[in-house]
Amino acid sequence: MTVGTRNRQRPRGPRPTRGYRIFQAVNGVILTVVVIVTLYPFVNIVARSLSEEHYIVAGQVSLIPRGFNLETYRLVLSDSIFWTNYRNTVVYTVVATLISIVLTTCYAYVLSKKQLKGRTALVGIAVFTMFFSGGLIPNYVLITSLGLRNSILAIVLPNAINVFNLLVMKAFFESLPVELEEAAAVDGLSTYGILLRIVMPLSKAVIATMVLFYAVSFWNSWFAAFLYLDRADLFPVTIYLRNLIAGATGATSAGAAADGLTQAAASIQSVTIVLTVIPILLVYPFIQRYFVSGVMLGAVKG
Amino acid sequence: MGRSSTVDAPSGTPNPPPPRIEPALSTGRRRRTWRQSLRRDWQLYSLAVLPLLFFAVFRYLPMIGNVIAFRRFEPGGNVLGEHWVGLHYVRMFLSDPTFWQVFANTLILGTLTLVVCFPLPIVLALLLNEVRARRLKRFVQSVSYLPHFLSVVIVAAMLMQLLSVDGAVNQLVRVFGGEATAFLQEPGWFRTVYVSSEMWQTVGWGTILYLAAFTTIDQDLYEAARIDGASRWRQTWHVTLPGIRPTMVTLLILNIGTFMAVGFEKILLLYNPLTYPTADVISTYLYRMGVESSSFSYAAAIGLFEALIGLTLVLTANQISRRTVGTSLW
Repeated sequence: MTVGTRNRQRPRGPRPTRGYRIFQAVNGVILTVVVIVTLYPFVNIVARSLSEEHYIVAGQVSLIPRGFNLETYRLVLSDSIFWTNYRNTVVYTVVATLISIVLTTCYAYVLSKKQLKGRTALVGIAVFTMFFSGGLIPNYVLITSLGLRNSILAIVLPNAINVFNLLVMKAFFESLPVELEEAAAVDGLSTYGILLRIVMPLSKAVIATMVLFYAVSFWNSWFAAFLYLDRADLFPVTIYLRNLIAGATGATSAGAAADGLTQAAASIQSVTIVLTVIPILLVYPFIQRYFVSGVMLGAVKG
Repeated sequence: MGRSSTVDAPSGTPNPPPPRIEPALSTGRRRRTWRQSLRRDWQLYSLAVLPLLFFAVFRYLPMIGNVIAFRRFEPGGNVLGEHWVGLHYVRMFLSDPTFWQVFANTLILGTLTLVVCFPLPIVLALLLNEVRARRLKRFVQSVSYLPHFLSVVIVAAMLMQLLSVDGAVNQLVRVFGGEATAFLQEPGWFRTVYVSSEMWQTVGWGTILYLAAFTTIDQDLYEAARIDGASRWRQTWHVTLPGIRPTMVTLLILNIGTFMAVGFEKILLLYNPLTYPTADVISTYLYRMGVESSSFSYAAAIGLFEALIGLTLVLTANQISRRTVGTSLW
């Protein structure tokens, strides 16, 4: 342990004391517990989703499926509403992310121009909304009276700009060298041209991070859809799952009833959870890095 | 906003801005009038138009919409209410025993969440910081961030499965000879359930900023502490913790800012009439009043009250920290 004094590690003492070695052991145990506690629920849900209902109800399923079967998966996957809702989630996420990125990039670029007259006010307009919001009821009345109920716009517009993301992007644009943009301006490029051809190509990494931030939050969102959508064919998959767990039984229970499996509630819920988590688990290893760097970017700005 | 002055110069044609940039740069910060600024930077301002429209419609209009808290509102009638009723609705909720019940619940849940979920990431970050094996450290980090990426609906659904009478938690209870409990039907368990799930979701992700802050601490300080004979524990106490204080304070203020809004979505998904005595908070109560019972004015009055308390809390916390530790959000 003491040998590897790589320069990234701080040299905090010539050799670890006995007390410190005991601490290291305890630390290892604690962190193992953290990992187990974090992962156990996932494994448990997967096990339940693959088990037969009567084993689940008897409380006998923990880590390993009992009475292994894929019947419940077949049942849920054959529900056409489930697929419709999944497709809706994809559509909402793509459209909302696109709108968000365009608006956020434009505004962040404007805010990054330190010499711009009125910049402080423009920043203030955005930052104030972080600490004070109109609240649920006025928003609800607004969306309803704009006639956006049962429209994709009610999902993709009201949260188009996240101020935290905006500030991260602004900080990034501010860190770009001014000379490039000045040179481009001298060459006769308009502001739009500079943004599109000079700034955006230099900002690919931060834009990718923002796309992920927005996409994950839209993918996971449910409340706007819950408030403003009434028709089952418009729901995102989060609402499908919500209705399932709230017992406001959707099409699945209808399908289940037809199959004579009405009581298979627990395994159907587990299967639906697994099917909604899978896309996130699949992309998670690849996106996690970008998220961490995005948070750091925001922190630098402080 | 800036659109009106932009019409005369269609983009594509050679326009005034480029030649103007050079003198502007060389003369530095000369005060310009609005007219000059708009002429020079109209393209920049035009980029702000759509975002400003967004803020106006979806952020500031609802703030103005709060006037319905002081007006009689009828669904289908005037969007801003029919006529003034003054503080009628404020008096109404102040004399509503349910309101005080949910107010107390909000404070209790908010405090519990803050007390548990604010320090734990610091502890976990300190523990991670002592891990020498880099791959192990990265593995633990990756795993602990995972719950942050899940939808609150998925978290609620998983909780319901884990906490059901046949679920994993009750299996554990039975192993230790206890009686199975329907945790989500028991008011006495709700706070524990809520805070632990909040912990599960946020602790790992919360470490990121602290782990980043550790790397900014001057290594010479550790060297000096070591020469003075400080043990590792003392080095942590006297060097590491003071080193991350600005981060801690900033995050604390931000946490206090969301104090009043306590996990509205999660509570809405997890509570039920049986657990209302402990689970019902201001935001869920006003949701039921407004959206479910259509008492918009009454609910808006409560919402405005909640938002004002939230704003006051942030401003106060920010002010106190600026005075005492010299860190503030702005």
